[in-house]
Amino acid sequence: MDVLNVDYMLGLVPVLLTYLPLTLQLAGVGMVLALILACLFAVVRVLRIPVLNQLTIVFISFFRGTPLLVQLFLFYYGLPQLVSALTVIDGITATIMGLTMHFSAYMAESIRAAIVGVDRSQTEAALSIGMTNGQLMRRIVLPQATRVALPTLMNYFIDMIKATSLAFTLGVTELMGATQKEAAGSFLYFEAFIVAAIMYWIVVEMLSKLQHYLEIRLNKAYSR
Amino acid sequence: MIKLESLSKHFGKAVVLDGIDLTIEKGEIVVIIGPSGTGKSTLLRCVNFLEQPTAGTMTVGDLTVDVNRASRAEILSMRRRTAFVFQNYALFANKTALQNIAERLLVVDRWPKEKAYQRAREILEQIGLADKADAYPAAMSGGQQQRVGIGRAMATGAEVILFDEPTSSLDPEWVEEVLGLMKQLASERQTMMVVTHEMSFARDVADRVIFIDGGRIVEQGPPSEIFYNPKDPRTKDFLKKILATNPV
Repeated sequence: MDVLNVDYMLGLVPVLLTYLPLTLQLAGVGMVLALILACLFAVVRVLRIPVLNQLTIVFISFFRGTPLLVQLFLFYYGLPQLVSALTVIDGITATIMGLTMHFSAYMAESIRAAIVGVDRSQTEAALSIGMTNGQLMRRIVLPQATRVALPTLMNYFIDMIKATSLAFTLGVTELMGATQKEAAGSFLYFEAFIVAAIMYWIVVEMLSKLQHYLEIRLNKAYSR
Repeated sequence: MIKLESLSKHFGKAVVLDGIDLTIEKGEIVVIIGPSGTGKSTLLRCVNFLEQPTAGTMTVGDLTVDVNRASRAEILSMRRRTAFVFQNYALFANKTALQNIAERLLVVDRWPKEKAYQRAREILEQIGLADKADAYPAAMSGGQQQRVGIGRAMATGAEVILFDEPTSSLDPEWVEEVLGLMKQLASERQTMMVVTHEMSFARDVADRVIFIDGGRIVEQGPPSEIFYNPKDPRTKDFLKKILATNPV
């Protein structure tokens, strides 16, 4: 076993960097959609809207209770078999669908807990000045819940970035897929995957910095 | 004008309000006194529909509703005709003093931003907190928070402001500034319903004092009558106890 082939690693960086945007796109789109879905689920659960509440409970139970990889295969290989029109689903779409539903199930529960944690007096005060339920959610409760939920949500986002690597099993050439191909060509597996690992790591570290900055901003109202 | 007819509120089997009949004229300052747990706060909360009353009818201004048949829109409309000042202030924690006051104008009345903040600044001026416009509740004293709470109620332009023990959570040093602001509002003939244990405020400011016990109005009249010549033995008993600890 030779020492690390550093030249190969350095050469690999610009190659793999061209696949990083797709990884970030998968995670970014997945996160936005998952957040929207999770907020809807959380509000349905908090307000106990009949029928929708029960459906949401089942949805959350299924997507939390089964592995993400199984869900991705279901969307990509399974659905087109049932409904032939769904063969149009490509690997990228299936990945985004899987990430969205999987993570929205987790995030819905933390958002719900954060909403329930907002003091009841905040809701009463909003009602007392004549706000509708929608207005008080949007302007008073959700902004306060966001502050509580932020650290957990950022954790899920970080998890989601790493979970995009599963997309390579659906034939999507994102960062992980590209690394796999490069390594298979050069047989320098360690070098290739350590470069990929460091790239994921740097992205996640940058997000942690963003989280820190957001937390300071959101805490502004609550410090003396 | 506010008119309550046979208003009652049950919590399960417990009857908290037992047929309240009450008419309050525009500009009248009514102080409600009585032992703890006799429905004083519940009465105010029912008027603002923070509690759903069990039965009765309620009139505020030109809107009358049978509380059982009130539609969602009517409840909202009732709420918008009344304003509430909470014992624990309940300022919006994510908003500054200015934003707390402007919120109603921006969101419910849909005023343009500039006009809403202009009005909110006028109110901050009136409550003596112009310098606290950008302060968040967490950075204000209890007295300042409660004055903003009153300012938020003033901004609604409601027919009546309901005060639910507005000074009970305050450290003694802040009580006077809040009572002072309430007196100022009273002198401007803002219609007020006040639940309080501040007997001197009741005596000096109220047009009418109402004594409630067991979910019913036991006795009511001008403060001179209630404080110095109470008729009902329960009123006498209550006043004896409370004046021993809170002398007028």
